[in-house]
Amino acid sequence: MKALLFRDLKLAFRAGGGFGLGIAFFLIVVILVPFSVGPESGLLTKIAPGVLWLGALLACLLSLDRILALDWEDGTLDLVATSPLPLEGVVSVKALAHWLTTGVPLVVAAPVFGVLLNLPPQGFVWLVTSLALGTPALSVIGTFGAALTVGIKRGGLLLSLLILPLYVPTLIFGAELARRGAEGQDVATPLLMLAGITFGVIALLPFASALVLRMNLR
Amino acid sequence: MGSIWEYANPVKFSQTVSRFLMPVAVLAAIATIVGLVWGFFFTPDDYRQGSTVKIIYLHVPSALMAINIWFMMLVTSLIWLVRRHHVSALAAKAAAPVGVVMTLIALWTGAVWGQPMWGTWWAWDPRLTSFLILFLFYLGYIALWEAIDNPDTAADLTAVLCIVGSVFAMLSRYAVNFWNQGLHQGASIMRAGAVTGADTEEKVSNVFFYPLMMCIIGFVLFFVALVLLRTRTEIHKRRTRALLARERLA
Repeated sequence: MKALLFRDLKLAFRAGGGFGLGIAFFLIVVILVPFSVGPESGLLTKIAPGVLWLGALLACLLSLDRILALDWEDGTLDLVATSPLPLEGVVSVKALAHWLTTGVPLVVAAPVFGVLLNLPPQGFVWLVTSLALGTPALSVIGTFGAALTVGIKRGGLLLSLLILPLYVPTLIFGAELARRGAEGQDVATPLLMLAGITFGVIALLPFASALVLRMNLR
Repeated sequence: MGSIWEYANPVKFSQTVSRFLMPVAVLAAIATIVGLVWGFFFTPDDYRQGSTVKIIYLHVPSALMAINIWFMMLVTSLIWLVRRHHVSALAAKAAAPVGVVMTLIALWTGAVWGQPMWGTWWAWDPRLTSFLILFLFYLGYIALWEAIDNPDTAADLTAVLCIVGSVFAMLSRYAVNFWNQGLHQGASIMRAGAVTGADTEEKVSNVFFYPLMMCIIGFVLFFVALVLLRTRTEIHKRRTRALLARERLA
Protein backbone atom coordinates (compact mmCIF):
# COMPACT_ATOMS: atom_id res chain seq x y z
CA MET A 1 0.00 0.00 0.00
CA LYS A 2 2.84 2.31 0.89
CA ALA A 3 4.52 1.38 -2.37
CA LEU A 4 1.34 2.25 -4.22
CA LEU A 5 1.15 5.63 -2.50
CA PHE A 6 4.78 6.47 -3.32
CA ARG A 7 4.31 5.32 -6.88
CA ASP A 8 1.30 7.60 -7.31
CA LEU A 9 3.10 10.53 -5.73
CA LYS A 10 6.19 10.04 -7.89
CA LEU A 11 4.10 9.83 -11.04
CA ALA A 12 2.31 13.02 -10.08
CA PHE A 13 5.43 15.01 -9.29
CA ARG A 14 7.38 14.05 -12.39
CA ALA A 15 6.95 15.83 -15.66
CA GLY A 16 3.52 15.43 -17.22
CA GLY A 17 2.01 14.27 -13.96
CA GLY A 18 -0.26 17.27 -13.72
CA PHE A 19 0.96 18.26 -10.29
CA GLY A 20 0.92 21.99 -10.95
CA LEU A 21 -2.32 21.93 -12.87
CA GLY A 22 -4.68 22.35 -9.93
CA ILE A 23 -2.76 25.15 -8.32
CA ALA A 24 -2.28 26.98 -11.62
CA PHE A 25 -6.02 26.81 -12.19
CA PHE A 26 -6.64 28.10 -8.67
CA LEU A 27 -4.31 31.01 -9.38
CA ILE A 28 -6.12 31.80 -12.64
CA VAL A 29 -9.52 31.89 -10.91
CA VAL A 30 -8.27 34.12 -8.12
CA ILE A 31 -6.53 36.54 -10.47
CA LEU A 32 -9.43 36.79 -12.89
CA VAL A 33 -12.09 37.47 -10.24
CA PRO A 34 -10.98 41.05 -9.45
CA PHE A 35 -10.88 41.79 -13.17
CA SER A 36 -14.44 40.60 -13.60
CA VAL A 37 -16.08 42.08 -10.49
CA GLY A 38 -13.96 45.21 -10.08
CA PRO A 39 -11.09 46.14 -7.75
CA GLU A 40 -13.19 47.60 -4.92
CA SER A 41 -11.63 46.21 -1.76
CA GLY A 42 -14.82 46.05 0.32
CA LEU A 43 -16.50 43.86 -2.24
CA LEU A 44 -13.45 41.64 -2.58
CA THR A 45 -13.27 41.21 1.19
CA LYS A 46 -16.88 40.14 1.21
CA ILE A 47 -16.60 37.54 -1.53
CA ALA A 48 -13.03 36.35 -0.84
CA PRO A 49 -13.92 33.21 1.23
CA GLY A 50 -16.46 32.07 -1.33
CA VAL A 51 -14.19 32.69 -4.31
CA LEU A 52 -11.29 30.89 -2.67
CA TRP A 53 -13.45 27.89 -1.89
CA LEU A 54 -14.91 27.84 -5.38
CA GLY A 55 -11.43 28.04 -6.93
CA ALA A 56 -10.18 25.20 -4.74
CA LEU A 57 -13.19 23.06 -5.60
CA LEU A 58 -12.83 23.62 -9.34
CA ALA A 59 -9.10 22.93 -9.16
CA CYS A 60 -9.91 19.62 -7.45
CA LEU A 61 -12.54 18.80 -10.05
CA LEU A 62 -10.08 19.42 -12.85
CA SER A 63 -7.70 16.68 -11.76
CA LEU A 64 -10.26 14.03 -10.79
CA ASP A 65 -10.19 12.01 -13.97
CA ARG A 66 -6.47 11.44 -13.52
CA ILE A 67 -7.02 9.49 -10.29
CA LEU A 68 -7.92 6.22 -11.95
CA ALA A 69 -8.19 6.72 -15.71
CA LEU A 70 -4.45 6.46 -16.48
CA ASP A 71 -4.06 3.31 -14.38
CA TRP A 72 -7.13 1.88 -16.08
CA GLU A 73 -5.75 2.50 -19.55
CA ASP A 74 -2.35 0.90 -19.04
CA GLY A 75 -3.74 -2.04 -17.07
CA THR A 76 -2.20 -1.16 -13.72
CA LEU A 77 -5.62 -1.22 -12.15
CA ASP A 78 -6.22 -4.84 -13.17
CA LEU A 79 -2.91 -5.86 -11.61
CA VAL A 80 -3.65 -3.97 -8.42
CA ALA A 81 -7.12 -5.49 -8.24
CA THR A 82 -5.78 -9.03 -8.54
CA SER A 83 -3.12 -8.38 -5.90
CA PRO A 84 -3.89 -9.31 -2.29
CA LEU A 85 -4.52 -5.65 -1.40
CA PRO A 86 -8.14 -4.95 -0.49
CA LEU A 87 -9.67 -2.70 -3.13
CA GLU A 88 -11.14 -0.46 -0.42
CA GLY A 89 -7.57 0.25 0.69
CA VAL A 90 -6.46 0.88 -2.87
CA VAL A 91 -9.11 3.52 -3.51
CA SER A 92 -8.35 5.12 -0.15
CA VAL A 93 -4.68 5.35 -1.09
CA LYS A 94 -5.63 6.78 -4.47
CA ALA A 95 -7.74 9.43 -2.75
CA LEU A 96 -4.92 10.17 -0.32
CA ALA A 97 -2.45 10.57 -3.18
CA HIS A 98 -4.87 12.91 -4.95
CA TRP A 99 -5.27 14.95 -1.79
CA LEU A 100 -1.51 15.18 -1.20
CA THR A 101 -0.86 16.32 -4.76
CA THR A 102 -3.90 18.60 -5.18
CA GLY A 103 -5.50 19.41 -1.84
CA VAL A 104 -2.41 20.16 0.23
CA PRO A 105 -0.86 22.60 -2.28
CA LEU A 106 -4.21 24.42 -2.43
CA VAL A 107 -4.31 24.69 1.35
CA VAL A 108 -0.75 26.00 1.43
CA ALA A 109 -1.33 28.48 -1.37
CA ALA A 110 -4.71 29.73 -0.14
CA PRO A 111 -3.35 32.34 2.34
CA VAL A 112 -1.25 33.93 -0.41
CA PHE A 113 -4.29 34.12 -2.65
CA GLY A 114 -6.25 35.44 0.33
CA VAL A 115 -3.95 38.46 0.36
CA LEU A 116 -4.72 39.06 -3.30
CA LEU A 117 -8.43 39.10 -2.51
CA ASN A 118 -8.10 41.36 0.53
CA LEU A 119 -9.17 38.73 3.05
CA PRO A 120 -9.38 40.27 6.55
CA PRO A 121 -6.58 39.18 8.95
CA GLN A 122 -8.74 37.09 11.26
CA GLY A 123 -10.00 35.13 8.24
CA PHE A 124 -6.72 33.41 7.36
CA VAL A 125 -6.78 30.84 10.16
CA TRP A 126 -10.31 29.77 9.31
CA LEU A 127 -9.70 29.77 5.58
CA VAL A 128 -6.78 27.37 6.00
CA THR A 129 -8.70 25.31 8.58
CA SER A 130 -11.75 25.00 6.36
CA LEU A 131 -9.72 24.03 3.30
CA ALA A 132 -7.55 21.60 5.24
CA LEU A 133 -10.68 19.99 6.66
CA GLY A 134 -12.75 20.12 3.47
CA THR A 135 -10.38 19.14 0.67
CA PRO A 136 -9.99 15.52 1.85
CA ALA A 137 -13.75 15.15 1.42
CA LEU A 138 -13.44 16.58 -2.11
CA SER A 139 -10.72 14.02 -2.94
CA VAL A 140 -12.66 11.06 -1.51
CA ILE A 141 -15.93 12.00 -3.20
CA GLY A 142 -14.00 12.64 -6.41
CA THR A 143 -12.45 9.18 -6.23
CA PHE A 144 -15.95 7.72 -6.05
CA GLY A 145 -16.88 9.65 -9.19
CA ALA A 146 -13.68 8.57 -10.92
CA ALA A 147 -14.41 4.94 -10.03
CA LEU A 148 -17.94 5.27 -11.45
CA THR A 149 -16.79 6.67 -14.78
CA VAL A 150 -13.47 4.85 -15.17
CA GLY A 151 -14.72 2.57 -17.94
CA ILE A 152 -16.09 5.41 -20.05
CA LYS A 153 -13.99 6.93 -22.77
CA ARG A 154 -13.71 10.70 -22.36
CA GLY A 155 -15.87 10.57 -19.24
CA GLY A 156 -14.60 13.91 -17.96
CA LEU A 157 -17.81 15.83 -18.56
CA LEU A 158 -19.95 13.04 -17.15
CA LEU A 159 -17.68 12.89 -14.12
CA SER A 160 -18.20 16.61 -13.49
CA LEU A 161 -21.97 16.24 -13.84
CA LEU A 162 -22.06 13.33 -11.38
CA ILE A 163 -19.76 14.98 -8.87
CA LEU A 164 -21.35 18.43 -8.96
CA PRO A 165 -24.36 17.68 -6.74
CA LEU A 166 -22.24 15.51 -4.44
CA TYR A 167 -19.93 18.44 -3.75
CA VAL A 168 -22.73 20.79 -2.68
CA PRO A 169 -22.82 20.04 1.08
CA THR A 170 -19.04 20.24 1.43
CA LEU A 171 -18.92 23.52 -0.44
CA ILE A 172 -21.75 25.05 1.59
CA PHE A 173 -20.27 24.21 4.96
CA GLY A 174 -16.67 24.88 3.93
CA ALA A 175 -17.39 28.30 2.45
CA GLU A 176 -19.70 29.13 5.35
CA LEU A 177 -16.93 28.28 7.81
CA ALA A 178 -14.44 30.47 5.95
CA ARG A 179 -16.97 33.32 5.68
CA ARG A 180 -17.95 33.25 9.34
CA GLY A 181 -14.28 33.11 10.28
CA ALA A 182 -13.51 36.13 8.13
CA GLU A 183 -16.43 38.09 9.60
CA GLY A 184 -15.59 37.09 13.16
CA GLN A 185 -18.81 35.17 13.81
CA ASP A 186 -19.35 31.94 15.69
CA VAL A 187 -17.86 29.09 13.65
CA ALA A 188 -18.86 26.04 15.71
CA THR A 189 -21.77 24.74 13.59
CA PRO A 190 -20.18 24.78 10.12
CA LEU A 191 -16.91 23.56 11.61
CA LEU A 192 -18.56 20.50 13.14
CA MET A 193 -20.67 19.84 10.04
CA LEU A 194 -17.67 20.07 7.72
CA ALA A 195 -15.66 17.76 9.97
CA GLY A 196 -18.62 15.39 10.10
CA ILE A 197 -18.91 15.26 6.30
CA THR A 198 -15.18 14.75 5.82
CA PHE A 199 -14.78 11.97 8.36
CA GLY A 200 -18.05 10.41 7.27
CA VAL A 201 -17.05 10.15 3.63
CA ILE A 202 -13.52 9.00 4.50
CA ALA A 203 -15.00 6.20 6.59
CA LEU A 204 -17.82 5.10 4.28
CA LEU A 205 -17.33 6.17 0.69
CA PRO A 206 -14.25 3.98 -0.07
CA PHE A 207 -16.54 0.97 0.27
CA ALA A 208 -18.84 2.37 -2.42
CA SER A 209 -15.85 3.33 -4.59
CA ALA A 210 -14.36 -0.17 -4.31
CA LEU A 211 -17.76 -1.67 -5.09
CA VAL A 212 -18.22 0.29 -8.31
CA LEU A 213 -14.60 -0.29 -9.28
CA ARG A 214 -15.15 -4.04 -8.94
CA MET A 215 -18.26 -3.73 -11.12
CA ASN A 216 -16.24 -1.85 -13.72
CA LEU A 217 -13.36 -4.33 -13.68
CA ARG A 218 -15.64 -7.34 -14.06
CA MET B 1 -51.69 -14.59 -6.57
CA GLY B 2 -48.36 -15.47 -5.04
CA SER B 3 -45.60 -13.26 -3.78
CA ILE B 4 -44.61 -10.01 -5.42
CA TRP B 5 -41.39 -11.63 -6.66
CA GLU B 6 -43.34 -13.53 -9.30
CA TYR B 7 -43.48 -10.29 -11.24
CA ALA B 8 -39.70 -10.24 -11.36
CA ASN B 9 -40.10 -12.67 -14.24
CA PRO B 10 -40.08 -10.46 -17.35
CA VAL B 11 -42.67 -12.56 -19.18
CA LYS B 12 -45.05 -12.54 -16.24
CA PHE B 13 -44.41 -8.83 -15.80
CA SER B 14 -45.18 -8.07 -19.44
CA GLN B 15 -48.42 -10.05 -19.27
CA THR B 16 -49.51 -8.21 -16.14
CA VAL B 17 -48.62 -4.90 -17.69
CA SER B 18 -50.69 -5.68 -20.75
CA ARG B 19 -53.66 -6.36 -18.52
CA PHE B 20 -53.36 -3.30 -16.26
CA LEU B 21 -51.87 -0.62 -18.48
CA MET B 22 -55.10 0.46 -20.15
CA PRO B 23 -57.24 0.80 -17.00
CA VAL B 24 -54.51 2.63 -15.12
CA ALA B 25 -53.91 5.04 -18.00
CA VAL B 26 -57.64 5.73 -18.36
CA LEU B 27 -58.04 6.30 -14.61
CA ALA B 28 -55.01 8.60 -14.66
CA ALA B 29 -56.48 10.64 -17.50
CA ILE B 30 -59.87 10.89 -15.80
CA ALA B 31 -58.44 11.90 -12.42
CA THR B 32 -56.08 14.46 -13.91
CA ILE B 33 -58.68 16.02 -16.17
CA VAL B 34 -61.36 16.11 -13.47
CA GLY B 35 -58.90 17.51 -10.94
CA LEU B 36 -57.56 20.18 -13.29
CA VAL B 37 -60.96 21.28 -14.63
CA TRP B 38 -62.41 21.32 -11.13
CA GLY B 39 -59.43 23.22 -9.87
CA PHE B 40 -59.21 25.72 -12.68
CA PHE B 41 -62.88 26.55 -13.23
CA PHE B 42 -64.88 25.58 -10.16
CA THR B 43 -62.85 26.90 -7.26
CA PRO B 44 -62.91 30.49 -6.01
CA ASP B 45 -59.87 32.73 -6.30
CA ASP B 46 -57.71 33.01 -3.22
CA TYR B 47 -58.48 36.23 -1.37
CA ARG B 48 -54.86 37.34 -1.43
CA GLN B 49 -53.27 35.50 -4.31
CA GLY B 50 -56.12 35.91 -6.79
CA SER B 51 -56.27 33.43 -9.61
CA THR B 52 -52.52 32.72 -9.55
CA VAL B 53 -53.21 30.21 -6.79
CA LYS B 54 -54.58 27.82 -9.41
CA ILE B 55 -51.15 26.80 -10.57
CA ILE B 56 -51.03 24.82 -7.33
CA TYR B 57 -52.84 22.00 -9.16
CA LEU B 58 -49.76 21.44 -11.30
CA HIS B 59 -47.08 22.60 -8.91
CA VAL B 60 -47.81 20.48 -5.86
CA PRO B 61 -48.46 17.12 -7.58
CA SER B 62 -45.35 17.42 -9.76
CA ALA B 63 -43.15 18.41 -6.83
CA LEU B 64 -44.54 15.54 -4.79
CA MET B 65 -43.86 13.10 -7.64
CA ALA B 66 -40.36 14.42 -8.26
CA ILE B 67 -39.30 13.40 -4.77
CA ASN B 68 -41.26 10.17 -4.63
CA ILE B 69 -39.96 8.97 -7.99
CA TRP B 70 -36.41 9.30 -6.71
CA PHE B 71 -37.45 7.31 -3.64
CA MET B 72 -38.98 4.64 -5.85
CA MET B 73 -35.74 4.50 -7.85
CA LEU B 74 -33.84 4.05 -4.59
CA VAL B 75 -36.04 1.09 -3.62
CA THR B 76 -35.81 -0.58 -7.02
CA SER B 77 -32.03 0.00 -7.10
CA LEU B 78 -31.71 -1.75 -3.73
CA ILE B 79 -33.85 -4.65 -4.98
CA TRP B 80 -31.64 -4.93 -8.05
CA LEU B 81 -28.43 -4.97 -6.03
CA VAL B 82 -29.74 -7.49 -3.51
CA ARG B 83 -31.92 -9.83 -5.58
CA ARG B 84 -30.67 -9.22 -9.13
CA HIS B 85 -34.10 -8.91 -10.72
CA HIS B 86 -33.68 -7.28 -14.10
CA VAL B 87 -37.20 -5.86 -14.12
CA SER B 88 -36.32 -3.89 -11.00
CA ALA B 89 -33.28 -2.25 -12.59
CA LEU B 90 -35.24 -1.49 -15.75
CA ALA B 91 -38.05 0.06 -13.74
CA ALA B 92 -35.55 2.44 -12.14
CA LYS B 93 -34.19 3.30 -15.57
CA ALA B 94 -37.73 3.85 -16.87
CA ALA B 95 -38.69 6.10 -13.97
CA ALA B 96 -35.76 8.51 -14.17
CA PRO B 97 -36.85 10.53 -17.25
CA VAL B 98 -40.34 10.85 -15.78
CA GLY B 99 -38.77 12.12 -12.59
CA VAL B 100 -36.65 14.69 -14.38
CA VAL B 101 -39.71 16.02 -16.23
CA MET B 102 -41.67 16.24 -12.96
CA THR B 103 -38.80 18.17 -11.39
CA LEU B 104 -38.76 20.52 -14.36
CA ILE B 105 -42.52 21.06 -14.16
CA ALA B 106 -42.26 21.81 -10.45
CA LEU B 107 -39.42 24.29 -11.03
CA TRP B 108 -41.15 25.89 -13.99
CA THR B 109 -44.59 26.28 -12.43
CA GLY B 110 -42.88 27.48 -9.28
CA ALA B 111 -41.13 30.21 -11.26
CA VAL B 112 -44.36 31.21 -12.97
CA TRP B 113 -46.10 31.33 -9.61
CA GLY B 114 -43.23 33.04 -7.86
CA GLN B 115 -43.04 35.89 -10.34
CA PRO B 116 -46.34 37.59 -9.37
CA MET B 117 -46.24 36.46 -5.71
CA TRP B 118 -42.65 37.03 -4.66
CA GLY B 119 -41.75 39.39 -7.47
CA THR B 120 -39.03 37.12 -8.79
CA TRP B 121 -38.73 34.09 -11.05
CA TRP B 122 -36.04 32.53 -9.00
CA ALA B 123 -34.63 32.91 -5.52
CA TRP B 124 -31.95 30.84 -3.83
CA ASP B 125 -34.50 29.61 -1.38
CA PRO B 126 -33.81 26.23 0.32
CA ARG B 127 -36.70 24.42 -1.34
CA LEU B 128 -35.95 25.81 -4.77
CA THR B 129 -32.26 25.08 -4.41
CA SER B 130 -32.93 21.54 -3.21
CA PHE B 131 -35.03 20.95 -6.29
CA LEU B 132 -32.31 22.26 -8.54
CA ILE B 133 -29.89 19.83 -6.89
CA LEU B 134 -32.41 17.02 -7.31
CA PHE B 135 -32.63 17.95 -10.98
CA LEU B 136 -28.84 17.61 -11.28
CA PHE B 137 -28.98 14.20 -9.58
CA TYR B 138 -31.55 13.04 -12.12
CA LEU B 139 -29.45 14.32 -15.02
CA GLY B 140 -26.32 12.59 -13.72
CA TYR B 141 -28.23 9.36 -13.19
CA ILE B 142 -29.66 9.34 -16.72
CA ALA B 143 -26.34 10.34 -18.25
CA LEU B 144 -24.58 7.46 -16.52
CA TRP B 145 -27.17 4.99 -17.84
CA GLU B 146 -26.65 6.30 -21.34
CA ALA B 147 -22.86 6.31 -21.18
CA ILE B 148 -22.28 2.62 -20.40
CA ASP B 149 -22.71 -0.05 -23.04
CA ASN B 150 -22.91 -3.19 -20.93
CA PRO B 151 -26.48 -3.17 -19.52
CA ASP B 152 -25.65 -5.10 -16.34
CA THR B 153 -22.70 -2.88 -15.49
CA ALA B 154 -24.83 0.17 -16.19
CA ALA B 155 -27.57 -1.14 -13.89
CA ASP B 156 -25.03 -1.85 -11.13
CA LEU B 157 -23.28 1.50 -11.34
CA THR B 158 -26.45 3.57 -11.54
CA ALA B 159 -27.90 1.66 -8.59
CA VAL B 160 -24.90 2.53 -6.45
CA LEU B 161 -25.04 6.12 -7.69
CA CYS B 162 -28.70 6.28 -6.73
CA ILE B 163 -28.00 5.05 -3.20
CA VAL B 164 -24.97 7.28 -2.61
CA GLY B 165 -26.86 10.14 -4.26
CA SER B 166 -29.79 9.69 -1.88
CA VAL B 167 -27.52 10.09 1.12
CA PHE B 168 -25.97 13.20 -0.38
CA ALA B 169 -29.36 14.56 -1.41
CA MET B 170 -30.51 14.44 2.19
CA LEU B 171 -27.25 15.98 3.30
CA SER B 172 -27.72 18.75 0.73
CA ARG B 173 -31.25 19.36 1.92
CA TYR B 174 -29.96 19.93 5.42
CA ALA B 175 -27.00 22.00 4.25
CA VAL B 176 -29.17 24.20 2.05
CA ASN B 177 -31.62 24.78 4.89
CA PHE B 178 -28.77 25.89 7.05
CA TRP B 179 -27.33 28.08 4.31
CA ASN B 180 -30.39 30.21 3.65
CA GLN B 181 -33.74 30.63 5.35
CA GLY B 182 -36.33 30.83 2.65
CA LEU B 183 -39.30 32.50 1.05
CA HIS B 184 -41.16 29.32 0.24
CA GLN B 185 -43.93 28.35 2.63
CA GLY B 186 -43.81 25.01 4.38
CA ALA B 187 -45.86 22.05 3.24
CA SER B 188 -49.43 23.01 4.05
CA ILE B 189 -51.57 20.29 2.54
CA MET B 190 -51.51 17.79 5.37
CA ARG B 191 -51.27 20.31 8.15
CA ALA B 192 -53.65 19.70 11.06
CA GLY B 193 -57.24 20.46 10.17
CA ALA B 194 -56.87 20.20 6.42
CA VAL B 195 -58.93 17.04 6.28
CA THR B 196 -61.15 17.61 9.29
CA GLY B 197 -62.04 21.06 8.02
CA ALA B 198 -61.06 23.10 11.05
CA ASP B 199 -60.54 26.55 9.64
CA THR B 200 -57.09 27.92 10.34
CA GLU B 201 -55.42 30.38 8.07
CA GLU B 202 -52.33 28.38 7.16
CA LYS B 203 -53.70 25.17 5.81
CA VAL B 204 -55.18 24.66 2.39
CA SER B 205 -58.94 25.03 2.57
CA ASN B 206 -61.15 22.09 1.59
CA VAL B 207 -62.38 23.95 -1.47
CA PHE B 208 -58.87 23.69 -2.87
CA PHE B 209 -57.94 20.47 -1.13
CA TYR B 210 -60.29 18.04 -2.94
CA PRO B 211 -59.42 19.00 -6.52
CA LEU B 212 -55.77 19.07 -5.48
CA MET B 213 -56.06 15.54 -4.10
CA MET B 214 -57.67 14.55 -7.39
CA CYS B 215 -54.73 15.97 -9.31
CA ILE B 216 -52.24 14.19 -7.07
CA ILE B 217 -54.01 10.88 -7.58
CA GLY B 218 -54.05 11.56 -11.31
CA PHE B 219 -50.30 12.28 -11.37
CA VAL B 220 -49.50 9.15 -9.37
CA LEU B 221 -51.56 6.95 -11.70
CA PHE B 222 -50.05 8.68 -14.70
CA PHE B 223 -46.58 7.92 -13.36
CA VAL B 224 -47.49 4.27 -12.71
CA ALA B 225 -48.83 3.91 -16.24
CA LEU B 226 -45.74 5.51 -17.76
CA VAL B 227 -43.33 3.38 -15.75
CA LEU B 228 -45.19 0.18 -16.60
CA LEU B 229 -45.15 1.09 -20.27
CA ARG B 230 -41.52 2.21 -20.33
CA THR B 231 -40.34 -0.81 -18.36
CA ARG B 232 -42.10 -3.11 -20.78
CA THR B 233 -40.48 -1.25 -23.66
CA GLU B 234 -37.07 -1.73 -22.05
CA ILE B 235 -37.75 -5.45 -21.64
CA HIS B 236 -38.74 -5.73 -25.28
CA LYS B 237 -35.70 -3.74 -26.33
CA ARG B 238 -33.45 -6.05 -24.41
CA ARG B 239 -35.11 -9.13 -25.84
CA THR B 240 -34.71 -7.74 -29.35
CA ARG B 241 -31.04 -7.19 -28.71
CA ALA B 242 -30.65 -10.74 -27.43
CA LEU B 243 -32.43 -12.14 -30.47
CA LEU B 244 -30.27 -10.10 -32.84
CA ALA B 245 -27.14 -11.31 -31.09
CA ARG B 246 -28.29 -14.91 -31.39
CA GLU B 247 -29.06 -14.38 -35.07
CA ARG B 248 -25.56 -13.11 -35.66
CA LEU B 249 -24.05 -16.13 -33.94
CA ALA B 250 -26.09 -18.64 -35.91
